[in-house]
Amino acid sequence: MGIEKNELVNDFPGQIIPGGNGGNITITTLDKVINWGRSNSLWSLYFGTSCCAIEMMQTGAARHDYSRFGFEVARPSPRQADLIIIAGTIVNKMAPVLRRLYDQMAEPKYVIAMGACAISGGPFYYNTYSVVKGADHVIPVDVYVPGCPPRPEALLEGMMMLQEKIRTESMKHKVNPIDGFDQGL
Amino acid sequence: MDLTKDYKIIGMTNSELQTLINSWNFEVEFSEAESQFLNITVKPENLHQLGLQLKSNKETSFDFLFCVTGMDWGTDLGVVYHLESTTHRHQIVVKVKTSDRENPTFDSVCDIWYTAEFHEMEVFDFFGIKFNNHPNLKRLFMPLDWVGYPLRKDYVDEVNMVIK
Repeated sequence: MGIEKNELVNDFPGQIIPGGNGGNITITTLDKVINWGRSNSLWSLYFGTSCCAIEMMQTGAARHDYSRFGFEVARPSPRQADLIIIAGTIVNKMAPVLRRLYDQMAEPKYVIAMGACAISGGPFYYNTYSVVKGADHVIPVDVYVPGCPPRPEALLEGMMMLQEKIRTESMKHKVNPIDGFDQGL
Repeated sequence: MDLTKDYKIIGMTNSELQTLINSWNFEVEFSEAESQFLNITVKPENLHQLGLQLKSNKETSFDFLFCVTGMDWGTDLGVVYHLESTTHRHQIVVKVKTSDRENPTFDSVCDIWYTAEFHEMEVFDFFGIKFNNHPNLKRLFMPLDWVGYPLRKDYVDEVNMVIK
């Protein structure tokens, strides 16, 4: 008897070797299996400052449904979130709030800049006194999703790119993106 | 209440309004160019009196101030008031302007239409237009220590603005 190779889950990062008598042997690395778990349970923070938030809601709603890819629920508290999707314009008054939310999140934490405003200020780049020219002036960003606003498919693509990034991480060589960020390193 | 009857009320036409307001002798200018409303431009010293008259007169009865806009026309600063009557359902626009950019001041109309209190705070915040007799004139959206009035055409901010 025993389980055929990879019969239970087809994206398991490693090998399951049937050992007979119901006992199987699993071959993998801790990094791989932990990253596999983390990348498939990314909970995002409710954070929408303008129209991109509508597309983000649509990405979470029934038609596109990011739960299918492991972004199970969105959380209203930064303490329970792994991911912040910056969906909208960041103004000077919002910047310290965004930074505080980021600082309150538990590590490891990830950031997606969604849409032109969050990437560079977008349509508000020129001649405005109030808009931050890119959320990466405030917190380090992992994935940039261009668009104005991006379609839900584009956001899903960005979120899956972030999952791929997480799968390459290693516990031994941890990198915390906020280290040296304020010094411009 | 007979709603169907109310919907038939269209109030005074623009020309009727113009004739009536002309008879009050407030030295106003009328214009209907490029506008769905009758626009009247009034001198700053007559603004408050005209507002009182527009609201209290039984025929006009403009009891609803639905929009207050600060304006910078390049040389002149001003305020635009959109008025409606909830009984007659006619509308009118009152404009007031001044060429004084250092210390532009108008009379507050928040004692006539209470909603003007917050609208005038906003106009003060972005255009630096002051309002006499306003109970609480301070910055509404901008940080309290902000210097300058960002929606003026001649506003410069070398720190935050990328000029194109």
